[in-house]
Amino acid sequence: MAKHPVQFRLNGSDRATFVDGAENLLNTLRRGLGDFAPKYGCGQGTCGVCTVLVDGEPHLSCLTLAVACEGRHVETASGMADGPDFHPLQAAFMDHFAAQCGFCTPGMLTAARALLAKNPNPTRDEVVEAISGNICRCTGYEPIIAAILAAAGSSGARRA
Amino acid sequence: MLEMRKDLFADERDDNLNEVGKGSQRQDMPGHVTARTRFFDDHAFDGLLHLKVVRSPHAHARIRSIDIAAAARAPGVKRVLRGADVPVNKNTLLSLINFGKDDEPTLAVSKVCYKGEPVVAIIADTEAQAHAARKLVRVEYEPLKPVFDVEEALKPGAPVVNETYPGNYFEYHERFDHQKLRFGDVDAAFARADQVVEARYQMSPIEHAPTETNGTIAAPEHNDRYVVHSCAQGLFFSLGTTAKILNLESNRLHFIGGTVGGGFGGKVDSLTEPLAVLGAMLTGRPVRYVLDREEEMLTGSPRGAERIYVKDGVMRDGRIVARHIRSYFDAGAYTRLSSYAAIKCTAHIPGPYSIPNVSSDVYVAYTNRCPSTAMRGFGVTAVDFAIEVHMDRVAEAVNMDPMELRILNAYRDGDMKAHRRVAKNTALIECVQVAAEKAGWPLSDTARRQTSVASGGAGERGQIPATVIDQRGQIGRPDTRTGGPTQTLPAGTTRIALSKEPVMEGARDGRAAPTQVPRYEPAPRHEPARAQPPAYAPQPAPPAPSYQPASPPPAPPAPAPSPAHTQHGAVRFSSVFGTRRR
Repeated sequence: MAKHPVQFRLNGSDRATFVDGAENLLNTLRRGLGDFAPKYGCGQGTCGVCTVLVDGEPHLSCLTLAVACEGRHVETASGMADGPDFHPLQAAFMDHFAAQCGFCTPGMLTAARALLAKNPNPTRDEVVEAISGNICRCTGYEPIIAAILAAAGSSGARRA
Repeated sequence: MLEMRKDLFADERDDNLNEVGKGSQRQDMPGHVTARTRFFDDHAFDGLLHLKVVRSPHAHARIRSIDIAAAARAPGVKRVLRGADVPVNKNTLLSLINFGKDDEPTLAVSKVCYKGEPVVAIIADTEAQAHAARKLVRVEYEPLKPVFDVEEALKPGAPVVNETYPGNYFEYHERFDHQKLRFGDVDAAFARADQVVEARYQMSPIEHAPTETNGTIAAPEHNDRYVVHSCAQGLFFSLGTTAKILNLESNRLHFIGGTVGGGFGGKVDSLTEPLAVLGAMLTGRPVRYVLDREEEMLTGSPRGAERIYVKDGVMRDGRIVARHIRSYFDAGAYTRLSSYAAIKCTAHIPGPYSIPNVSSDVYVAYTNRCPSTAMRGFGVTAVDFAIEVHMDRVAEAVNMDPMELRILNAYRDGDMKAHRRVAKNTALIECVQVAAEKAGWPLSDTARRQTSVASGGAGERGQIPATVIDQRGQIGRPDTRTGGPTQTLPAGTTRIALSKEPVMEGARDGRAAPTQVPRYEPAPRHEPARAQPPAYAPQPAPPAPSYQPASPPPAPPAPAPSPAHTQHGAVRFSSVFGTRRR
């Protein structure tokens, strides 16, 4: 099958790879570029564990064609930390016990990051709405909501 | 916020806790928030192949033929596997502890017993190629009549689901068709009770729906080993199961895992490990076998459905004097862990209550549904649901507050439980009191004054009552299955039947081939010879072929169990089940 070249900026670095025409961004990131932060949960856009940012907007990478990301900025949870320093959302998730098995965590963090970038002081309802596309099967939503609200209140939150 | 009620049971513990009640960071948390945590699928391999299985579209059908020729020639296909390619194509999970007979193939050979049962596995360069080749496999089926209801399955003439167990029930110790509990005399107590309250409860199967689906990546490693990145909840359990099915020394398997993207019980069955490793063995390349979401929801084993009948004898003042529970655990098509669930269910009966007459009959029934497995308290959860809803019904029947009814009947320290164990560290009364307080639920002064640590074990509460026993449930004695009581044991004694000695299956240390040896020695010579159960013979006829005439005399009641006679399986295996510690 003919491969298509695709180039985009991933977490601040320019990356290029070859993909099948119909290959989704999730597979390209995981199998092509070795970024395992976005996960496969359903492949149907219902669980949110594959959430990434494309030009700052949350996207479900399992429903996004890799070739559609040509020339764009793709960000995953792998790129959230500033070197050895945790992003305020990461620190808040740790402080609030906002991860159990950890499988939904990268997607949750990414959805929360998109929210805070647009709305640095969200209400609880806005937080709930922002993560409504992300399923936590361990059902730990309350600590996650508390962590996002706490990160929003912290001084460094606007960095997101 | 966490509230420590240190006023309760203060004298029962050393109050020198260093961690409880304090915040402490989990060691896996930094990995989770930085996405550095590696789940089984988060590993890169060059030349990774993808395995997909062809599943049965029928709930019950005989396989007439399987044609893989077209699939094997399809683009990108490296290998097509059938049942004959699996070295030991029959297993039961608890065979690792010598419990139960091997009954489940990795890939179906002669018949399929549930919709979604794996029949053929395809290994290809890409997932898309494996999917495409799946459609080229031709399996010719002869549909058979299925049975989906637990009680229908146990009726004479029901379709035989699982030919290893032709009666459609799990055979405990190859001797009993159910788990049985007898304590006191429920029938006599029902007769003298003011009211008898009876009801039927049904729980549905429940899919665990982990966000990470079941899956495995297996790859050839140096030193002739295979590295296995597994989703398994019980990594060594899965290793042992894989070693047995592949007839491989366990030290050639290097399992890596323990980081599970949600399990809840649904990742103990080794659904993917054996085929992934077999694929790596046969292709010499890394093989990835991951269930997609649809497969996970439809064929990943669920919590087993249970049907439970509860019958209580109650006095006007709310005292429950008898409880009988009849329960059917829906194993689906194969045993997996359902045999254990029924043991847990029985061990939980009659719930946290002091009831002087208790009996239960818990069956594991096979139906043409997806095999069920562990899930969060399986075996206990459903019977607890039934018991607690029933407690409310009883409260209504005697016109009593449901909280007060629970406190009145709650067990206390020193009470003799139906399993002949003395209750210790009981706390139901305190739990109900605290719950009532939090809920603003008024309790009477009498109920508020009760405590778990006083007046337990007084008089009959601490005694094993004279117990009516019967022969119902013994395989080979169908005529007595519905018969009446046959014997009464003296108070305070327990009869443990003489039984066949379990034999160890032998070398599990990686030397000898794991083979399907009998799990038990033959019957002792002084017993009449038993007809050989036609366990593996195709048996389209109605069930009950393993019955024999009711010839063996009932074992004589032992006045007191001597150590030599306590080698019955129920005792032997219970170290695993934790029911009988000494």
